[in-house]
Amino acid sequence: MANDTEKPKLSKNLMQMKFMQRKQQSDDREKLEEEEQRVIDEEHWVLDIPELKKLESRYEVIDSFVPCEGLKYGRFSFQGFNPAIEKIAKSFEVAKEEEASEAKEKEESVSDDEMARRYEAIVGTIQKKFGKKRHRNSTGDEPQVKKKKKKFLKPKED
Amino acid sequence: MADSVGKVVIPGDILSEFRASEKTSKVALGPGLRQEGEEVLVTKGGILRHKEPNLYWIDCHQRRYIPAKGEDVIGIVTVKSGDVYRVDIGATQPATLSYLAFEGATKRNRPNVKVGDLVFAKLLVANKDMEPELVCIDSGGHSSGYGVIPADGGFMVHTSLNLVRKILSPNCDILKFLGKNVPFETAVGMNGRIWVKAKTPKDTIVVANAIASSEHMTNAQIRTMIRQLLDKLSGF
Repeated sequence: MANDTEKPKLSKNLMQMKFMQRKQQSDDREKLEEEEQRVIDEEHWVLDIPELKKLESRYEVIDSFVPCEGLKYGRFSFQGFNPAIEKIAKSFEVAKEEEASEAKEKEESVSDDEMARRYEAIVGTIQKKFGKKRHRNSTGDEPQVKKKKKKFLKPKED
Repeated sequence: MADSVGKVVIPGDILSEFRASEKTSKVALGPGLRQEGEEVLVTKGGILRHKEPNLYWIDCHQRRYIPAKGEDVIGIVTVKSGDVYRVDIGATQPATLSYLAFEGATKRNRPNVKVGDLVFAKLLVANKDMEPELVCIDSGGHSSGYGVIPADGGFMVHTSLNLVRKILSPNCDILKFLGKNVPFETAVGMNGRIWVKAKTPKDTIVVANAIASSEHMTNAQIRTMIRQLLDKLSGF
């Protein structure tokens, strides 16, 4: 049964219909591109050598004094002498303040990881509240001693 | 060498035992330090400084400007050639400045820059093997303070690089204190050039002199000096 393993094909008549043409064209184009790519790949030479390891230095070099000493931007204007410059200075200040407040917030608030951990812990406690009394024990934290299932005991024959 | 932080080192000294960052386990070497093989050599004479967590550099006295990427400098336009201006920034080589690197400049609409103009610009390319390249716009295409410094009044003084660093450092308040008393505008280039402009030539001279003579003064000394200058200015 060779037909079973092959992918089912649509009839020739159906493939010739207009809405199937587009699919067919794109398939043809793909095949052509694949072929071209294969030809190009075969023409390329590849040297069979192990990949070069990148030398990793423990030093990184900084050319400028600006990050070292935390230097400010070099344009200043005072008492409204050049309003355009003062506007820029103000925007720098706002950005700096924002950064500072963000850093402070990060320090004070709970991180995502911690939140997730706390939430995980709290889920159990709240669940207990909503569960029925009968289920409480099963959702509790302490491991339950599994009760022996009661079996039907055969009455003794005397 | 953690124990030589804050001490004088001289060119040729070999340093070791740097404190690396915990995250990346890397050491950042600032100006004056150079990696030579596995060793770190000192290339400038000065005081070894350290900033947490892993940054080391040499604090030295210097007047020769060495271009560094991202620094703001004041340049003097020396040549207009084709589509670039050649700008003297006090380094070993003149820098290039494309005429398209100005706010609102297009191929048709060239900026109005003449030979001899001062420009406040940022170094886009700076390394020892290539010509430095300047731009007068930020990454968003806005001027944000860069560009041609208007030639109507104002005065440029050439100082040491240390003074520039001192003026721009967050714990020096000379400009703030001057600004409280005199309305003025200034552009401070990392290449040791400081341009000042106030309302009258007299004010401009006072401000420029105050800045130029403040190199070895403490904040308190600067304040008294400025007060004296202002008293002279107002005729006491």
